[in-house]
Amino acid sequence: MLGEGILKGLTETARNFLGSYVNKDRLTTVQFPEERLPQIEATRDFPFLVYDGSDWQAGLRCVSCQICEKECPPKCIYIEKSKDKKPDVTGKLQFYPTTFDIDISVCMSCQICVEVCPFDAIKMNVEFEMSSEDRFGGLLLRKEQLAKSNEYYNKIHPTEAAAVDAALAEERAKVEAKARQAAEAKAATPAPVAAPVAGETK
Amino acid sequence: MSVLTDTPIDLTPDLPNDRSEGQLLEVSMGPQHPSTHGVFRMDVTLDGEKVVKLKPVFGYLHRNHEKIAENESYLGCMPYTDRLDYICSITNNWAYALAVETLAGIQVPERAEYLRVITGELTRLQNHAGLVGFLMQDMGASGTPLMYAFREREKVLDLFEALTGARMMCNYMRFGGCRVDVPSGWLQAAQKVIDGFPKFLDEFESLLMSNEILMARTQGVGVVTREQAINAGISGPMARASGVNYDLRKVDKYGIYDRFSFRVPLGEHGDVYDRYMLRVLEMRESIEILKQAMRDLPAGPIMDPNTKIRGFRPKAGEAYGRIEGPKGELGFYLISDGSPNPYRFRVRPPSLINLTLLEDMCLGQNVADIVIILGSVDIVLGEVDR
Amino acid sequence: MNLEEIKSEIETNVPGCRLEIIPNGSPSGQHSLLVDADHAFAAAAYLRDAPNRQFDYCSNATGIDWPIKEVSTKVKTKKIVDGVEKDVDEVVKTQTGGYLEVVYHLFSVELRQGPLVLRMRTEDRAERIHLPSLTPLWRSAEYQEREIFDLYGVMFDGHPDLRRLLMWEGFEDHPMRRDYVDPDDYEYEPTAHDEVLKRAQAHVAAEGGR
Repeated sequence: MLGEGILKGLTETARNFLGSYVNKDRLTTVQFPEERLPQIEATRDFPFLVYDGSDWQAGLRCVSCQICEKECPPKCIYIEKSKDKKPDVTGKLQFYPTTFDIDISVCMSCQICVEVCPFDAIKMNVEFEMSSEDRFGGLLLRKEQLAKSNEYYNKIHPTEAAAVDAALAEERAKVEAKARQAAEAKAATPAPVAAPVAGETK
Repeated sequence: MSVLTDTPIDLTPDLPNDRSEGQLLEVSMGPQHPSTHGVFRMDVTLDGEKVVKLKPVFGYLHRNHEKIAENESYLGCMPYTDRLDYICSITNNWAYALAVETLAGIQVPERAEYLRVITGELTRLQNHAGLVGFLMQDMGASGTPLMYAFREREKVLDLFEALTGARMMCNYMRFGGCRVDVPSGWLQAAQKVIDGFPKFLDEFESLLMSNEILMARTQGVGVVTREQAINAGISGPMARASGVNYDLRKVDKYGIYDRFSFRVPLGEHGDVYDRYMLRVLEMRESIEILKQAMRDLPAGPIMDPNTKIRGFRPKAGEAYGRIEGPKGELGFYLISDGSPNPYRFRVRPPSLINLTLLEDMCLGQNVADIVIILGSVDIVLGEVDR
Repeated sequence: MNLEEIKSEIETNVPGCRLEIIPNGSPSGQHSLLVDADHAFAAAAYLRDAPNRQFDYCSNATGIDWPIKEVSTKVKTKKIVDGVEKDVDEVVKTQTGGYLEVVYHLFSVELRQGPLVLRMRTEDRAERIHLPSLTPLWRSAEYQEREIFDLYGVMFDGHPDLRRLLMWEGFEDHPMRRDYVDPDDYEYEPTAHDEVLKRAQAHVAAEGGR
């Protein structure tokens, strides 16, 4: 019968329209600025730098090895390495970045910097409302804007951060055990030099 | 072999000069035309409503992807492949990973192969769902079918976000495996989406399949014969709609596709309706593959432990790797000279090559049919222009 | 699929055709067949139409630029130095490349075979850059050959519509060539590296520093 297909189609539309009042599957949209969908854990957009402790300048995990700068496909990371070394959170002397810029207008959120970082220092953020009128000033993130605490990291990616924390703790425990052993060996054979500071105390 | 090629192909038919009845009208469709699926332009010459000449103009989105890749490491090329066909980034990743694996002889762990099949087939589902929605939009069924299709596509994109972190630029695969394993609860969520998908297809079918207007608009429009399709290198659903039984999942059996039982739908007429129907049928077969893959997914590692991702230097040589992408045969041709960057990085773009017959399909049709013919080819300009 | 067999088959059926098998060092094992430009069309037509080959589907066509490269290899030679014969390492410089190459990947839909990799080379990179077009055999090469012409500058004789594909009309250079120089469209970039940085520094110097 001519028109049968059209009638069938209209029934389907009517069913969807009425169903959207009762069935969650049929109405999946939310009214965005007022309502928000729950955060999906793996979500990523732009990188940030993790620091331990409360002082971001002292606790920055980045040791300025510049691997991410070299591997970044669109070359949006710019690092200047320090001339001197500063103790990191475990007390070990490390280089630190004097400049760490990310041009997020160039960044394509591929997270290759995160993958290649051997120090778990750079991670992906979830903050997306970052529009700016200034292409060079507003979208160039400096070190102080990039630094985010480990607690923040734990908040946005709990599973991933827990795994990273566990791995780091294990590594630090190993280093500490090694240092203790060395110290004990030194104590057994009296030496004139002081025991090494590295990894001994927090 | 074919009648077509024994005579020279006339690609620029001379237009008759003495036209007593009326004048020819030249129309530039695009690049900002809503129906061109991106910045694509066609210089169309019209005789009344009939198309007498059509020349596609490319390059509005050209960024020389291949040149960029020659200056990137093998790992650094991976996120750029996401941006080729930005609707289905995972299959792009797969094709590139497969080409590098062929080049360097890398074995992929079993679980990674299954995850590739699962994500790859989900990509096919969301691409085809999006396509049928867009095709209806092009045909004038404004809004409703597209929104239904996008509602389903959204569910798949949510799965991608939960797995890879991004909805569209997934950057999921690596040569030698996949980047991350599935998070907890993901498989259940995926199973729910897969189980709910046939219901959507049923709905879509009753909404449109027997619709008289749709049939009148699409049947017999934009016909491609089997010989034409093979000769012009048409691949994917468009070739199969013309009856070419050539599905790389069956022919090459790349990955682990020989373990799944599925059928390859074939069209008879090669018109817009067949291309549209074929995609709907292909979605049903994808669901079958997904069900089997979800059932058999083994435990194990997801990355080949011997593959170095950073500072990867394959031996000098070359390789062509291809997969059955949702749009057609997506191939990557790589030449290595032993350095960390590919010496040559070539993308075989199915979208571009499927457009080879655009003029042939459109000649003699109405202007409004150009839009649906182009829609049925399924192009993404990120891939056409690269 | 045996390349040797295909080679001898073409040689018997296309008289005068010079073929060479180019080995591929990678584990992919996709060796290729180099055809001379004069007989390439006939050889390709044979491959397409021979009933036992039927390469009816030309999947991929692309160009490669091989600029002249000097390869120095050490060769041990005997030389008379100060009246005494000695083994001397001598560095022999050989030139490779210096041509543009076009590669076709052929498959057979009927027999489900492939890929057969067919290569053609131009004589040099500047003047003698003509190759026969295979578009009359495989329509799929139409846009791809236009792309090769556009990006590499290979002239395809017999192509029905050889225009630029991706770059605009009036564009002069061929961007995929290895020695292509980017136009100098300097724009300030906050995180410049390598080449971009050098260019940025040159510009800053030219403007009198900032």
